[in-house]
Formats: sequence, C-alpha cells, structure tokens
Amino acid sequence: MNASLPEAHTLITRLADAIAPTLTPDTFIVGVHTGGVWVAERLHALLKCPQPLGTLDISFYRDDFSRIGLHPQVKPSNLPFDLEGRDILLVDDVLHSGRTVRAAMNELFDYGRPATIRLAVLIDRGNHELPIRPDFVGLTLNVPKHQNINLSRLDDGHLTLSLA
Amino acid sequence: MNLQLTEDGKLHHLLTLDGLPRAILTQILDTAESFMDVGEREVKKVPLLRGKSIFNLFFEPSTRTRTTFEIAAKRLSADVVNLNISTSSQSKGEAILDTVDNLSAMHADMFIVRHGQSGAAHFIARHVAPHISVVNAGDGRHAHPTQGLLDMFTIRRYKGAFHNLTVAIVGDVLHSRVARSQIHALTTLGVPEVRVIGPKTLLPVGIEQMGVKVFHNMEAGLKGCDVIIMLRLQNERMKSARLPSAQEYFKFFGLTPEKLALAKPDAIVMHPGPMNRGVEIDSAVADGPQSVILPQVTYGIAVRMAVMAMLTGGAA
Repeated sequence: MNASLPEAHTLITRLADAIAPTLTPDTFIVGVHTGGVWVAERLHALLKCPQPLGTLDISFYRDDFSRIGLHPQVKPSNLPFDLEGRDILLVDDVLHSGRTVRAAMNELFDYGRPATIRLAVLIDRGNHELPIRPDFVGLTLNVPKHQNINLSRLDDGHLTLSLA
Repeated sequence: MNLQLTEDGKLHHLLTLDGLPRAILTQILDTAESFMDVGEREVKKVPLLRGKSIFNLFFEPSTRTRTTFEIAAKRLSADVVNLNISTSSQSKGEAILDTVDNLSAMHADMFIVRHGQSGAAHFIARHVAPHISVVNAGDGRHAHPTQGLLDMFTIRRYKGAFHNLTVAIVGDVLHSRVARSQIHALTTLGVPEVRVIGPKTLLPVGIEQMGVKVFHNMEAGLKGCDVIIMLRLQNERMKSARLPSAQEYFKFFGLTPEKLALAKPDAIVMHPGPMNRGVEIDSAVADGPQSVILPQVTYGIAVRMAVMAMLTGGAA
C-alpha cells in the first residue's frame, strides 16, 4: 500500500462520525457504483441507518458517452424507495472533476424529486471542473492531474486506497 | 472487410448477423440487459442519445418493429422521425438514395431501414457519410438482425445459456429473413443443434449448409427441443401454390398442445409476430404457459436500445 495514504477504514469511520449528528430517520443513503457503493455499505452499517441502501450506476448519464461509448457492464441502479421529498445522502469514493456527481444527481431526479441531496466522499482530490463540493469528506488532498487515486476491494472485503 | 465494423472492431452499422463475431453478439445482449430496468423507472428515459436524430425509413409496412424502434430511440432521448415511404416520395418516383441524401441534409445521425428488397440497407450503408449509422429493420428475404438478437435475448433470459440447447425453427423458412438471422445468431452463439422443420416447398434448397438439421415431419423435429420458434405463414404463399390450404398446413405444421407435448416439458414457444392463429399456431399454445411471445416484444425494446447506444457511443 502507499505510505502516504491512510487506511480506508479510518477515513470511513471519520466520515461516519461527521455525518452522524446530521442523520435524520428520513435520510436515505445512495452509493455510486463501484467504489461509492462499497463506502455507502460501510456507512450504512456504521450509522445503523434504518432505511434501505440505494445504488446508482451512472453510465447512462455520463457526459463523455459520445466520445468513449458505453461501459460494457452497466449495473442496474437500485433505489428501493420513493425519492419524492426524501433527504438523500449521496456517497462516492473519490471526488475529482465532479462530473460523476453531476450525472448521479441527474439520474436521481429522473426517479423523483428529493427534498435535499448532500454529498459525502472518502477523498476530495481537487481539480474540480464543476461547482460541486462535498458536504462531508474523509480526507482532502491535492493530487496532480496525471495521478489517480483508486479504491479497491480485496477478496476478504477489505478496502484499500492506492495512488498511481 | 466487414462493412458493419469500424477498423478497431466496433459496431458501426447493423445490417446482418452473418459474420458478426460472438463477442459482439454477447456485448449487445449484455448491454440490452442493462437497459431492461429503464422501462420500469418513473421517467422511462436515459439521456444517452440526446440531440441525435434518428429516421425510421419504412419502405414496407410494419407495426411492431417500427413502434419498438421508436420507443427504444425515445427512451434514449433521441429525436425520432417516422417516414412511411411507400405512401410518400417513393410513390412520386424519388430514388431511394435521393431520399437518403435529403434526410442526411437534415442532419440525420441514424437510419433504421425496412425495405422489401434484399440488400437495401447495405446499399444505403455504403452510400451514407461516415458519421451516419444504418440499422437493417428487415430487407426482403435476407435479414432482420434486431429480431434475431431479441430472440437470442429471450432464449438467454429463459434458458440461461446456449451451449446445451436444441432449438427448432418451424414453418416458412424459405421466405423468412427472421429465420436466416436466427440461424446465424444461434450457430455463432454455440447452440449445438439447430433444426428447421417445414414442408419441402417452404425450406430453401441447401439450407443444411447453414449448419442446421432438416425435418419434414413435425413430430420427429420437435422431440427433445428446448426452444420452438414458429414462423409466420404469409397468406400470399398459399396463392402461389406452395401449399394446398391453411387447414392442411395447420394439420401438419401448426403447433398444437399435442405436438408441443413432444418437446421438453419446459420448452418455450416463440413467434416473431404477427401470428396467424389457427394456421401456424393454435391459440391454446400462443396464449399458454409455455409461450414467451409477449416478453419477446418487451425485450425487443431493450435490444434495440442496446444496438442504437452501441452504434452511437464512442464514435470519436
């Protein structure tokens, strides 16, 4: 693992602590595939959220579709609740350009009109291209554009961060 | 050189399933699977093809195919224009390529073409500018690739895999573009036994060369089948003296509950529509528990969405 990056688990715990005081019984957690779902699953458990967990695959909403085409394995979006008037906590692993979050919000609105959407990310790595900022963040880093931060899941379910 | 594929092997036109590699067929089926849930959303739309113009060019009448292409395009947020050309400029004598040029000048991105002449979609695909894609929605007796694909999608959904199946195609194979597309797809996807069943006058000479087993007896052909695909018997064939009468055809080649009982107990029954009840299929079978004829229609939308998305995305 990379020495300069903390344990993913530590960051998730930190994120949960920040979210906990603001969590209402009517808050629904929604993770963005793939890394965001892993983080959302952990938060959902740590926060003992009574509502079902939602997942989004934003492939159909990407703004670079005409350039790079469709991802071959699009997972179904699963929102097992009515979004109308709900408080949504949107969860992703890494915030970079902000384009994924934009796509996720567009998709959410195609399912209904939530009352609020807040954004929680494990890492905000900078280089935003859109006016999108997280409400909750595990770690803020300045990562140069040519580098990538990746969250991966081992066979035992352990999450690890790496810089490449 | 395959006209349908780009230099790096991506789908650019969909004209026939003949010669398309298994990887592409599987990619289309997988992509269609991911579009299945869009039809169940509150807003039955995704924005993938926003701003694209798709022209349905139907030189031959069609209800189901044209409608499902239109719905598929609209669910992808494209703008769709339907042209029923048999009743417009063709009757004024405009040549087919002039029609295409005029629509291209209106900034078309994709043509969906149905034509009575075999090869019409290829002809248009060779002519259009490189950024325009052409989908064959049925040409003469040649091919109907999206129907073949939705049939494969249906089979995969109900049977899970292709490698252990016996599939029978029953009826007027001679005049059927659907049958040809099905046979190409089934053999490419690795179905070990594809059978065609029909009277000698309705099976093309030399069809064995497509890798199928030929049966002229329905009872023998249906034995042990997992999938039965019934073809529409076109009424005009009766007039051309290939068949004595609809009643007699039904007696020998109509799918009744008794004949269906010869196939495997969990066999599914398919039909591309429109059905002639009491000619090629008994209503008791068409509406029975083994029929998947209406799911085929629903799946047709997801499959056509997949094809259009694959043709449009990643072009640059």
